[in-house]
Amino acid sequence: MPAMQVSRYWRHFKEKYRLAGTKCKKCGKIHFPPRQVCNECGSREMEEIQLSGKGKVVSWTIVRNPPSGFEYYKPYPLALVELEEGPIVLAQLTDVSEDEIDFGMEVEMVTRRIREFSEDGIILYGYKFRPVLKTSKD
Amino acid sequence: MKRLLKPIKDVGIVGYGAYIPMYRIKDEEIGRVWGANGFPIQEKSVPGIDEDAATIAIEAARNALKRAKINPQEIRAIWTGTESKPYAVKPTSTIVAQAIGATPDLDAADFEFACKAGTEAVQTAIGFVGSRMAKYAMAIGVDTAQGRPGDHLEFTAAAGGAAYIIGEKSDETVAYFEGSYSYVTDTPDFWRRQHEHYPRHGNRFTGEPAYFRHVINAAKGLMEELGYTPNDFDYAVFHQPNVKFPLTAAKILGFPMEKVKPGLLSGIIGNTYAGATLVGISAVLDIAKPGERILWVSFGSGAGSDAFSIVVQDAIEEKRDLAPKTWDYINRKKYIDYALYAKHRRKYII
Repeated sequence: MPAMQVSRYWRHFKEKYRLAGTKCKKCGKIHFPPRQVCNECGSREMEEIQLSGKGKVVSWTIVRNPPSGFEYYKPYPLALVELEEGPIVLAQLTDVSEDEIDFGMEVEMVTRRIREFSEDGIILYGYKFRPVLKTSKD
Repeated sequence: MKRLLKPIKDVGIVGYGAYIPMYRIKDEEIGRVWGANGFPIQEKSVPGIDEDAATIAIEAARNALKRAKINPQEIRAIWTGTESKPYAVKPTSTIVAQAIGATPDLDAADFEFACKAGTEAVQTAIGFVGSRMAKYAMAIGVDTAQGRPGDHLEFTAAAGGAAYIIGEKSDETVAYFEGSYSYVTDTPDFWRRQHEHYPRHGNRFTGEPAYFRHVINAAKGLMEELGYTPNDFDYAVFHQPNVKFPLTAAKILGFPMEKVKPGLLSGIIGNTYAGATLVGISAVLDIAKPGERILWVSFGSGAGSDAFSIVVQDAIEEKRDLAPKTWDYINRKKYIDYALYAKHRRKYII
């Protein structure tokens, strides 16, 4: 990967690694990815918030012919996930097989490897979603 | 001459968390490919294609934070012990720090001492907090260990890890450290040279002069310094490259099987290297009662052992349910065959 591109990814580490969003101080709308101007009321008064990472699958597809940097991961599910705070995120699903995915499936955010460009390039990490972990409390 | 390591202020574990990937391969399946039989363990964990030491450390760290109930901005150090760093040069701990929201007011570094790197981080965190240099420090032990295909190590080399947030002893700590002891010599029982993909080991040399000498002397040294015998401990967790070694060490030291079993996970998840005793201790903390005492002895090739004595406190009852337990991850499993395992371990050139 050309060194120039590193800064492009580095700038978004906060949202990619831990799903940091923004909340409009004026109207309360929550955005992901973060925004500097509210697309609801036009206010520039925004604060950073930590999203819970919990959501539901709205729709999905299976990627079988991936773009460069994703080849080794194929086939992989790509989904629209509606976060419990409202925003809809496009993300990969992980730790799940095709036949287990369903509309409305409850998922949670995990930070995983997203993409590699070459053996000597940087590794990009970011959010993916997996089925909610079953615990002994459930 | 005092050999016990003990800081000025008493310190303990504010929060802990483990993580084990969901994929498993049975030793039988590895044996099918390489024509082997008679296996050291039943099955081992395999990382997902998108998992590495950094992602495993992140989930373990998030679980530790949930139990600690602290603001990640209060953590002044994150140290990750691993021999499977995603980068040869570039710290894993900065990735973890960024992912849990602990940057930028902290120290971060990766530790390497084969399977002992995780407890090295714990020792250092005890000193950092116990000297009051910092309020909280996080120590992580994690690996996605690789064995040369067909080698003995391939039957046990596994993936997993655990994170511990160390803070001053208080009502908020789930267990406190009574003292620790380290025993180190220059013993080349297992190594990996620069640019090599797989480690080499000294076969039978890894047993007597390496594992047993260091584990037994570290355990004995700590017990002598504290004036304890095996009867004073309710649990013992030893480094677990397989099932046989820790059970033999326990027998030599005089620990009955029932004190070792709750923290002995290698038979079903494999050897998680720098994560091994940290994951074992997390499984014990998941079930231990306040007042119970645990002996914790790691081993790292090269070679050395760190031994700790910890006493469980009341806060464990309230905190253990705040994050997934070690067995929640052990029970979440999906078997894969050798072909998929080879894909997960990136053996294919595409």
